[in-house]
Amino acid sequence: MTTGELLPLLVLASSLLPGLIIFALPENSVGLRTALNLFGAIAKLILVAVLLTGVQAGEDYGFRHTVLPGVDLLFKADALALLFVSLSTLLWFFTTVYAIGYLEDSPRRSRFFGFFSLCVTATVGLAMAGNLFTFFVFYELLTLATYPLVVHRGTPQAMKGGTVYLAYTLGGGAVLLTGIVLLHGLVGSMDFAYGGYLSALGMEQPGLLKLAFLLLMIGVGVKAAIVPFHGWLPQAMVAPAPVSALLHAVAVVKAGAFGIVRIVYEVYGVEFAGALGLLTPLAVIAAITILWGSARALAQNDLKKRLAFSTVSQVSYIALGIGLFGPLGTIGALAHLVHQGLMKITLFFCAGNFAETLGIHKVSEMNGIGRRMPVTTLAFSVAALGMIGVPPLAGYVSKQYLADGALAAGQEWAQTVLLVSALLNAAYFLPILYRAWLKSAPPSWPDEHIRAVGRRETAWLLLLPPVATALGVAAAGVLAETDFSPLHWARLIAEREYLK
Amino acid sequence: MDVALVDPSPWLIVLPLLWAMFAFLLGPGRGGRVAIVGMLVQTALAVDLAGRLIREGVRVHAVGGWGAPLGIDLHADGLTAVMLLLTQGVGLTLFVYAWVYLAEQKAKAWFWPLAGLMVAAMNALLLSADLFNIYVTLELLGLSAVALVTAGGRPAQVRAALRYLLVGLVASGAYLLGVALIYGVYGTVAIADLALRVTADAPLSIWLAGILMFVGLLAKTALFPFHFWLPPAHGSAPVPVSALLSALVVKVSFYLVLRLWLGPFAPLTDSVGWLAGLLGAAAILWGSWRALRATHLKMLVAWSTVAQLGYLFLIFPLLTPGGPALAAGVIHAVSHGLAKAAMFAAAGVLIRATGQDAIAGLTGVADRLPITLFAFGLAGVTLMGLPPSGGFLAKWLLIDAALARGQWGWVALVITGGLLAAAYVFGVLRQAFLLPTGPGHFQPVPRALEWSAFVLAAASVLIGLRASELIELLAVGGFA
Repeated sequence: MTTGELLPLLVLASSLLPGLIIFALPENSVGLRTALNLFGAIAKLILVAVLLTGVQAGEDYGFRHTVLPGVDLLFKADALALLFVSLSTLLWFFTTVYAIGYLEDSPRRSRFFGFFSLCVTATVGLAMAGNLFTFFVFYELLTLATYPLVVHRGTPQAMKGGTVYLAYTLGGGAVLLTGIVLLHGLVGSMDFAYGGYLSALGMEQPGLLKLAFLLLMIGVGVKAAIVPFHGWLPQAMVAPAPVSALLHAVAVVKAGAFGIVRIVYEVYGVEFAGALGLLTPLAVIAAITILWGSARALAQNDLKKRLAFSTVSQVSYIALGIGLFGPLGTIGALAHLVHQGLMKITLFFCAGNFAETLGIHKVSEMNGIGRRMPVTTLAFSVAALGMIGVPPLAGYVSKQYLADGALAAGQEWAQTVLLVSALLNAAYFLPILYRAWLKSAPPSWPDEHIRAVGRRETAWLLLLPPVATALGVAAAGVLAETDFSPLHWARLIAEREYLK
Repeated sequence: MDVALVDPSPWLIVLPLLWAMFAFLLGPGRGGRVAIVGMLVQTALAVDLAGRLIREGVRVHAVGGWGAPLGIDLHADGLTAVMLLLTQGVGLTLFVYAWVYLAEQKAKAWFWPLAGLMVAAMNALLLSADLFNIYVTLELLGLSAVALVTAGGRPAQVRAALRYLLVGLVASGAYLLGVALIYGVYGTVAIADLALRVTADAPLSIWLAGILMFVGLLAKTALFPFHFWLPPAHGSAPVPVSALLSALVVKVSFYLVLRLWLGPFAPLTDSVGWLAGLLGAAAILWGSWRALRATHLKMLVAWSTVAQLGYLFLIFPLLTPGGPALAAGVIHAVSHGLAKAAMFAAAGVLIRATGQDAIAGLTGVADRLPITLFAFGLAGVTLMGLPPSGGFLAKWLLIDAALARGQWGWVALVITGGLLAAAYVFGVLRQAFLLPTGPGHFQPVPRALEWSAFVLAAASVLIGLRASELIELLAVGGFA
């Protein structure tokens, strides 16, 4: 086996093996479990860094294993895969640190971290999938690995959320499978290719190709929480905060959005999808989701639910950018995939800190919290402003590209959608910031678990991850023009797609 | 040394007979060690046989050097080898499980001699080359299976066993009648000869023979609407017996259906594949529905067997030479065999630990028995047909075959069946993940029970990654 074949497998193994060992660990071996978690997370970071430099230099990384005649399990670490792999790996590292702090002294940690590692393994496998078959394998594994995390608390409410989650995701998976096998019957099991492999069929069977597109989009749309398949996301909020972070920023929702990217660009090819008339409906549905999510977020008093509806809205920016048909929209979409992850994970970390430290779950309870927890609130504010699209933060950069893309594609209506959504974002985030910084604190907090000690407003392990990701939100915006920014990488991919 | 002596085929029949006799002589409840050693050797023999088949092609062994039509031939091709591997592999793991499980139970009475007879009957059936020998093995298999169901001695078990016995006798009677009709027309019962003689314009008595034999075998395979005997028998038998019956015994009669369908009766069956498919569809829907409604764990698993057997019959309307449907059926038979053995084994652990069989009583077992629950979940993944399990590949191939013929109805059915399976499997998991309200009473369970369930479940999932080897083996003798 060559290094080119081995590296993608090692990236998978770096979370799979620690995860399997962690399952077997007794509950009280905290040290070993933490060491394994961190070892896996750091090893994966290093491996991904090696892959990044390699792909930058034009190296190929791939591994193929034939499962059935004509059906391969194929891993390919190309530029697009690495965009998602690096995002998940980086955020997994921070989420692991956060989860170690968050779950301190709570029961069933071996099970939690075991499935947590499986979850990231599935995400990375899905990112590196080189064909639809492999994508599906990991898409379903992701569902299975996240279920025990969603129901982790074991309360009847958690079980209900878990059931809703399963009903949506397994149903979506079934639809996705039908679409994939339909295409398999048409052209065999083809590898993803820049420019798409279905375009070779030409306009022979537009009906079947459109049907397959619909099936595939419903399949991935469920995880991407596209309206009307978004119902599971607010329900899944019963999960612990690190799991919410994982669902919203690292794994599940992103897996759906990433699926849309792969299918449009590398199965159909953006030109061919456009010629079949598939992109405008996609953009319209994305626009509806953006507005619907923002409008619903406005009405939520529960902080995590507000963030959940915000995710519904923000993830569809990616679909919108793809639907706009043009390099600028593509760059905006891909950059937003990363930027939204950074911003949303920061917000969930902070929401978790408010809940764990002071027992605050509702927006109406957040008065004056900026003075009690200034660092967390600052991180929250940076991410929230980024979501609204305030320069020079990450969200501004991707939204700017999306708006330019809409203009270049002659779709001015999409610009209006972006503007309205930005106003709605401001409408549901700014009041939180106003309460947090400018209103005075109540005499006592709902349920103060962790007392402030000097400058330390909460446990270190809870504080450092949101600070780091908030810095990331700022850096991705300020340093957008440098060589290692998400924007730069998005441009690289867009060039390859549109120049082919 | 004479080559005939080391030919694995006869030893796969002789060896289990030998250790069954030995266990019988040792007395009630004894002989477990011998049985496990015997199964180990048989597993090695089955692996050896598979290797020889891949290297040298189809094997015919003339017992005693006589050969057909005077003597008895043992015939082994790729399909035989796959089924033999499944039987020995699952049997071995379940025997380890049974050895530990029965150590503290009354049910052990004559488990080992009966299990030996059952394995010998299955292996002989798989290796038989003529219809009459198959009849003999079917009877032996049916009788040993019935005796095993009664091994616990509870009234419910005896009632279920009697019903099972009656169905089994009527079914093998129908089969024997068919064999007699065939012998009357062609003067031979050798499968290979018959395959050359039966043509599409065969006389009416051959049609009748076919109907009798298939009805008999479908009843033994518990295909809807002949499934009624299975849930009480598999649901009430001692756990290791339920596992053996659900995982292996019904698969062997399916093997026979497949063998006859594609062999001697191929000229006649072409036009009636849809009927088998429809019965399979009804089995999937009805079995899943009943599993969903089940309140007790073992009944749920037994009804799930009824449903999963339905998939095996979906292949018949979709069979094409070189097409994916046959591989789908065999992969499904293998992965379901592994998964169902795992699921019964896991259910046995849960029942022993909680001291009861109600699904509602499983609250909190996720904390107490994580390995077992993991095993149950992994087996469930195979039943739901989720990747990368063997069950998933079977469904993939089935959908592929159905789409190739433009028959969307089967696609919808396979997808629906998967979702129904998810509903009943997660119904159990949901209860297990729920936090207990009180302290709960849990009996300690030997680790070996938990791990043998886990090994079977993991195998049912991982076999999906090695399916291409399975298909390569199937290709020996023209299958796949």
